[in-house]
Amino acid sequence: MATDVEANGAAEPVLEVAPGPHVASGSLTTRRMMGDVLLALLPLVVVAVALFRQAALLQMAIAAVATVGGEALFARWRGRRATLGDGSALVTGLILGLSLPPGAPWYVGAIGGLAAAGLGKAVFGGLGQNIFNPAMVGRAFVMIAFPAALGAEAYLAPAAAAATTGATPLTALQMTGEVAPLGPLWLGLTAGSVGETGALAALAGGLYLCIRRTAAWQIPTGMLLAAAVIAGLVSLAGGSFTPAHHLGAGALMFGAFFIATDPVSSPLTPKGRFVFGAGTGALVMLMRTLSGYPEGVMFAILIMNAFTPLINRATIPTPVGGPVPRRA
Amino acid sequence: MSAAATALPGSGRIARGVRPDTRKALAADAPVEALPAPPTVTLPLVQHTGAPCVALVKSRDTVEADAKVADTDAFVSAPIHTPVAGTVQRAGVVTLPNGRHLAAIPVKTAEGAPGPEAVYADVLGGDWPLDDADGRDPEDVLRAIREAGLVGQGGAAFPTHVKLKPNPEKPVDTLLVNGCECEPYLTADYRLAVEAPAAVLAGARLAARACGARAIFVAVEDHLHGARQALRGAAGPTDITVAEVQTRYPMGGEKQTVRAVLGRTIPTGGLPLDVGVVVINVATAAAIARAVQRGKPLTHRIVTVTGGGIRTPKNLLVAIGTPYRALLDACGGLTEEAARVVAGGPMMGFAIGDLDAPVTKGTSGVVALTRADVRHAAETACVRCGRCVDVCPLNLVPSRIALAARHKDWDLARRYHMAACMECGCCAYVCPASLPLVQLMRMGKAQMPRETGG
Ligand code: SF4
Ligand code: SF4
Repeated sequence: MATDVEANGAAEPVLEVAPGPHVASGSLTTRRMMGDVLLALLPLVVVAVALFRQAALLQMAIAAVATVGGEALFARWRGRRATLGDGSALVTGLILGLSLPPGAPWYVGAIGGLAAAGLGKAVFGGLGQNIFNPAMVGRAFVMIAFPAALGAEAYLAPAAAAATTGATPLTALQMTGEVAPLGPLWLGLTAGSVGETGALAALAGGLYLCIRRTAAWQIPTGMLLAAAVIAGLVSLAGGSFTPAHHLGAGALMFGAFFIATDPVSSPLTPKGRFVFGAGTGALVMLMRTLSGYPEGVMFAILIMNAFTPLINRATIPTPVGGPVPRRA
Repeated sequence: MSAAATALPGSGRIARGVRPDTRKALAADAPVEALPAPPTVTLPLVQHTGAPCVALVKSRDTVEADAKVADTDAFVSAPIHTPVAGTVQRAGVVTLPNGRHLAAIPVKTAEGAPGPEAVYADVLGGDWPLDDADGRDPEDVLRAIREAGLVGQGGAAFPTHVKLKPNPEKPVDTLLVNGCECEPYLTADYRLAVEAPAAVLAGARLAARACGARAIFVAVEDHLHGARQALRGAAGPTDITVAEVQTRYPMGGEKQTVRAVLGRTIPTGGLPLDVGVVVINVATAAAIARAVQRGKPLTHRIVTVTGGGIRTPKNLLVAIGTPYRALLDACGGLTEEAARVVAGGPMMGFAIGDLDAPVTKGTSGVVALTRADVRHAAETACVRCGRCVDVCPLNLVPSRIALAARHKDWDLARRYHMAACMECGCCAYVCPASLPLVQLMRMGKAQMPRETGG
């Protein structure tokens, strides 16, 4: 309610009355956070394009357009104002695109994007309400809907355009026991989804996100730590991949910094975030070593998303000075 | 004396919290100026936490300056005195910035009120002997404090004599004088420490005498060194430790200062008394010295009038009961950009709706914020970014508490310790979604049914 104060003839400004605090830090807005993520994704995008050329651009563009379009569409259906301005749909779409294999047919990205916006977000009530990471929901959806289109050939075909040929390092490990050399593995000169191969690029962008505190550092720390420890144990037990191989391979680095750190679907407290990260890292390694499935970042994150409410409940911090005393 | 300061029992720091732009430079170097008595002072009958006072005067009575005009027998209360000589007017109702409607006694100022220099000399000038506390009977000190109507001047306005009264079950060993003005913009306490450090220290010794504390600490923040220098200079080689602590909001909160200076943690729902400490504000300390050494009631206080929306920011010594409008006028008025005028600081203060409302004992500042200062993005959904958790000085999970309050889910509210929230506003300050977190906490705390047994 504004109070009009006009006294003494002099026109005073209209003063507004509103609850405090009356100032805000303003250094962080949802929009700025998403801008940060886009910037942090840049190294990965560069690697992806250098490696897979048009195939990478196409996957990113299709997924991004589909997700943003889907968000607008579903918001309209639900009679809500679309929240495109905050950029979160664009980020979701890009991450989805980066997680697709270069040879995936165009409709995979399109349908994945729609699924991410619809099943991943809109059905829960929009930004901030979803339980699961929308990008991973989209990814899982197309994975289940088009298993053939996302099979091993999807990783093979256009990769020939670049320096890489053959199966992804993790598939190769599982099939033939072949161990990829570390250098190309970290630089991203291997087969894989368009955005997952450049572990070093993901690390660089991810560190930026953590320094800007747009991403909670506890999540990647927990995830990489757990993965490294388990990988160490596996290699001691005779596995041919060292922890350095595991950290550099597949979507682990990309997932740790860009996917698992989605704030909406991860826990709130520092402790909870570490637990969440460690759980994700452990699940990834479990799937890589024990299941017949070479990579597990997507499922690991989705499974841990389901545990987020539980982790939140289990990690309620004790207030300074102890819990509120119960009065008789 | 500096050796003592380096050996603080506490770390001098607080965990979490925020660092808003302090904007202290606007008024920090403006010496305190006394404002001439306004034509009418308006004295609300409740200017403290506790029982309301009852008027002792009626319309058309003439009163002398410093006369008691309202009082009560209740222990947790503080009498009210008129700062000016004059004629009592018909009682009315005022609405204070915090939204309370209160009965108030207007007093029309008589001719010949003392000028600014005389007021300044009376309230802040002269000698403040540091060595007369030991010779006084603690009971006498308490009685003088009560009679002078002293309340905490840092904001909560809790009656000072209640705070200082010894409790045999909870002995006090330390008096902490809180000079941490952690709210941005405000410099009233700073100016007081710079201009009348002896009054602060004299009051501190008297307060320590009254409550039985042996150790005295004065805490100031480390970004404006003038206060520390003045206080140390005035303290000389005494047992009073002047401590500098980190500049960080909300350092001035009792829990935070006690922890930073003394390393003691006040239990949730408890008081500094529970850890053997009494905390008083520097302005309260100076008022104690004036009440005990000079027998003068609390009738004036320093108010910082500042902000980007004020033409000439100043620290004013004003008669309690002066309308806010007179303070703004004395500072050149509001600028074109002024959008919101806040009583108190911008973090915890209240927006003033009625500029004719009077300054009360607890008013520490008037901050005129510009449109750019208060520009708020529209509220969006919580993105669960956890920023609020990262800054809550009490280690709460504000987003969950706000959710519980919004849905009146008291079970969830209890699980997340809603009642512990001190409403400092750090969470709302950082929230990228501009959620009205403090409002929700306040509402939730007010509406949550009192616990019964479990
Ligand atoms: S800071 Fe705001 S948006 Fe972020 S978790 Fe807290 S309430 Fe939600
Ligand atoms: S207002 Fe309450 S919940 Fe928010 S930061 Fe302050 S104490 Fe924590």
